[in-house]
Amino acid sequence: MAKKIPEIPAASLADIAFMLLIFFLVTTTMDVDSGLERRLPPMPPPDQEDDDTPPIKERNVFVVLVNANNQLLVEGEISRVEDLREKAKEFMANPYNEENLPEKEVKNIDFFGEVEVTKGVISLRNDVGTQYGTYIAVQNELVGAINDLREELAKQKFGKSYDKLDRDQQGAIRDIYPSRISEAEPKKVGGN
Amino acid sequence: MSKFRKNDSKELPPISTASLPDIVFMLLFFFMVSTTMREVTLMVKVTVPEATELSKLEKKSLVSYIYVGTPHNQYQRVFGSEPRIQLNDQFARVTDIQDYITSEREARDEAEVPFMITSLKVDEYTKMGIVTDIKQELRKASALHINYSSRKAADNE
Repeated sequence: MAKKIPEIPAASLADIAFMLLIFFLVTTTMDVDSGLERRLPPMPPPDQEDDDTPPIKERNVFVVLVNANNQLLVEGEISRVEDLREKAKEFMANPYNEENLPEKEVKNIDFFGEVEVTKGVISLRNDVGTQYGTYIAVQNELVGAINDLREELAKQKFGKSYDKLDRDQQGAIRDIYPSRISEAEPKKVGGN
Repeated sequence: MSKFRKNDSKELPPISTASLPDIVFMLLFFFMVSTTMREVTLMVKVTVPEATELSKLEKKSLVSYIYVGTPHNQYQRVFGSEPRIQLNDQFARVTDIQDYITSEREARDEAEVPFMITSLKVDEYTKMGIVTDIKQELRKASALHINYSSRKAADNE
């Protein structure tokens, strides 16, 4: 005597699900893509004659040169990547208003009122033969210097980390320490 | 001991596995959602450099990738051992980048175009010449927001 139609066994369901699970476990790559975020300057319009902008004073420019042997020349001195961050910070902050460091102009900024904002610009020039790794290390130090200064200011003014501030506060701090890293067109010098 | 055996002579019933599929399915869905399948097969060797000041790429759908590195061994006979550019699934020349950016833009919603990011995955031993050429092409294509892909360096502070 036949029984009623038996229930579909659910015991193998777990096996099937496990197989799928293991497949996705193996193929999963959890790594979040991250990197140094930069903005390129827009291409100048082709009909524009250059040199209608006033030249920038020498004291306002922090010159970083990297040659084809991955050596650094910072403000005319041979330097190491490890020292670059301190030098860049000193340049951008100019705490004692020294003569050879950049000028400052007084600006009115939210939350801060009248503050002196540096006119400094970091200029980075690399050779065609420079290694990409070195270039990123230099970029990293320069971006890091500005991030450090912003962080310090945020701690001092708001008592919070820069990342935790709201949009307006971040904007104010960005106005005081702008990220002005300009990259010159590379020259082919002394390399192969 | 005897106290327990007195009440029922049956053995301990097996643990019910009825809920096992549910648990496994929950895990399965988690991994399915979090999985990002690699869309392109890399034909160049890329070891991105280390950095500390990283920012994350928030929206994967808005990112277009440019890979630069030396070709893998099986391609070296055809393409040489000098660093090459890879766009999508094929080797490309610097002049192809503008077309690539244009096609990437057309594939996206118009409102999303201003937020697009180009991620440069460049091998750390590449010379800057090729990178600078790429950057010039990106400037011509007005794809100004870029991200130098890099690994997190061990913080020594």
